[in-house]
Amino acid sequence: MPFSKALNAGLRKAMEDDPRVLMMGEDIGKLGGVFRVTEHLQRDFGERRVLDTPLAESGIVGTAIGLAMTGFRPVCEIQFDGFVFPAFDQITTQLAKLTNRHEGRLSMPIVIRIPYGGHIGAVEHHQESPEAYFTHTPGLRVVSPSTPNDAYWMIQEAIRSNDPVIFMEPKSRYWQKGEVDVESSAVPLHSSRVVRTGSDVTLVGHGAIVTTLLQAAALAESEGTSCEVVDVRSLSPVDYEPILDSVRKTGRMVYAQEAQGFTSLGSEVAATVMERAFYALEAPVLRVSGYDTPFPPAKLEGTYLPDADRILEAVDRSLAY
Amino acid sequence: MTTSETPLVRVLDATGRFTPSDAAEPYLPLIDAITDAELEQFYRDMVVIRAIDVQATNLQRQGQLALWPPSRGQEAAQVGSARAARPQDTIFPSYREHAVTRIRGVDPLDIIKLMRGVSHGGWDPSDPKNGNTRLYTLVLGSQALHATGYAMGLAFDGKSGTGDVDSDQAVIVYYGDGASSQGDVHEAMVFAASYKTPEVFFLQNNHWAISVPVSTQSPVPLVQRSAGYGIPSVRVDGNDVLASYAVSRVALDEARSGLGPRAIEAVTYRLGAHTTSDDPTKYRGSDEEQSWAERDPIIRMRAFLEGRGASAAFFDDVETEGADAAEDLRSRTVELGPPPASKVFDHVYSEPHPLIDEQRAWRDSYESSFEGGAK
Repeated sequence: MPFSKALNAGLRKAMEDDPRVLMMGEDIGKLGGVFRVTEHLQRDFGERRVLDTPLAESGIVGTAIGLAMTGFRPVCEIQFDGFVFPAFDQITTQLAKLTNRHEGRLSMPIVIRIPYGGHIGAVEHHQESPEAYFTHTPGLRVVSPSTPNDAYWMIQEAIRSNDPVIFMEPKSRYWQKGEVDVESSAVPLHSSRVVRTGSDVTLVGHGAIVTTLLQAAALAESEGTSCEVVDVRSLSPVDYEPILDSVRKTGRMVYAQEAQGFTSLGSEVAATVMERAFYALEAPVLRVSGYDTPFPPAKLEGTYLPDADRILEAVDRSLAY
Repeated sequence: MTTSETPLVRVLDATGRFTPSDAAEPYLPLIDAITDAELEQFYRDMVVIRAIDVQATNLQRQGQLALWPPSRGQEAAQVGSARAARPQDTIFPSYREHAVTRIRGVDPLDIIKLMRGVSHGGWDPSDPKNGNTRLYTLVLGSQALHATGYAMGLAFDGKSGTGDVDSDQAVIVYYGDGASSQGDVHEAMVFAASYKTPEVFFLQNNHWAISVPVSTQSPVPLVQRSAGYGIPSVRVDGNDVLASYAVSRVALDEARSGLGPRAIEAVTYRLGAHTTSDDPTKYRGSDEEQSWAERDPIIRMRAFLEGRGASAAFFDDVETEGADAAEDLRSRTVELGPPPASKVFDHVYSEPHPLIDEQRAWRDSYESSFEGGAK
């Protein structure tokens, strides 16, 4: 099943399970969203539960907050990563802080879905990686699935959470297919996962780049280097144990991400691994990131976005210590 | 339409005489129906909250509070609208609605907690004693969207528009002329108009956004903005408590009846500073302040009540009640200690969070390392 269909199925299941769940966003009803993630949900659940909102991102999140105060569990779609900023104030000064401001008397069970990242050749504001802004904000939980199975389960867990969840969807993977096991138990919202085992270098990342990490690991294998790959999945809080266990085994770590490197999730994970597994490390933790520039015009995104070769270059540097 | 051509609902002139404007005509039966006891209550509300407000301002000057946003001068707009709301209505205040919150049952000490740095909230909006009053919001206009979403929820749940004004619910959201420039207020009106929310936008135009005059916010009367979104809008003399009450009562009942949102611009004046951090003498003239002081809502209502034969004993009683409330607030404020240190880590999330747990545990361990001799 493609990633976008898995998300659609997860959203559908959440709406069936809880009548207080509602979807809101631009073009999510009749059109089914520009990526069709909400396709047919309005047809099947009605206009009261799948709202085609006015074109106003702060309005979407701000009214979702009011709806949550009356007991609804809104799931907001932001159409593209670069358009979350008009809603940034409501997310960071209101949504993130309302439980704290109310001293725990109020929960904010709101999910903000944000398609993010590059590789779709889009124009400005349509392929950014703003996740660090949200991981830097206390009160928010931030997650990003990388496979259809995780998408199916994690969206349901995000909706079930009584805390606000920023749900980052790697849009370049919407069409990527994978097994979805609807019979298995739920994927915990905050758990990182070893997706490939190896013994020489630990490769860590989140979202779309997990696929690239696996490509790099396969290439490294052909050159005789065994890489373990860890999908962080939860960006805030991070589940460190699988990462630390892997680093204790391999002694080396490379973190790859599409986002800019400066004050990024990779920076945070690298620092924590150095604090907690210093004596296990054979080399400094290395980061491979987008450059600290604005996301370039699409024809240059191949230069900007880390690919398997740039990851392998870091693997070589790590091994050279 | 210019300011001078914009209809203004007013029934009491500056000297307290009952001289209704043309725009007030539709509201006169409602005003006639106000009982003597209710009229006296309006006056009592205004005097007591002013005493509390002056006391809180003084407490800030004496270092007991970090900040205080005075409400002096705006009592009629607040008392009229708050007394117009029904018990089942939900109030979304900004940060200056001291009269509104008190009328709904919130203890002024809970506002003091916010301004003293004891709490970011202060009261529990779900506690019945607080009259469905949400917390103060310090980011300008944010609460307009929360109110609109809340009103959407009421409508979706069939809690408005059933035809029963005693149970149908509505929302009233307060904001100022400065906040009227914020995008969130405009987006709130778009959503409210689109979803026909049971909601009243109550704009207190107090003429100054800290040091920036309302003329910088808008070249047209602010009431025209909400009208531009298709929301029926009324301009009222916000220093006339009777007019404020009547327009609010009608707007709330219309909103709760499923007719969609309503908006009110209450034209009033902030006689004091924006907060205790600014100095109005730097940005506005004393002539202007004096002209508004002459239109003080309390003086106006007192003259009206005197004209109706209210006794000197009544006014003395109200003064005493205000003084007592102020003294009570002072004594309870200075007794407020700091919250426990653990509050830093409490309620950041609704569900357990490993990072917070780790940091709480680290701090506990760090603190305990000082026990037994450490400074």
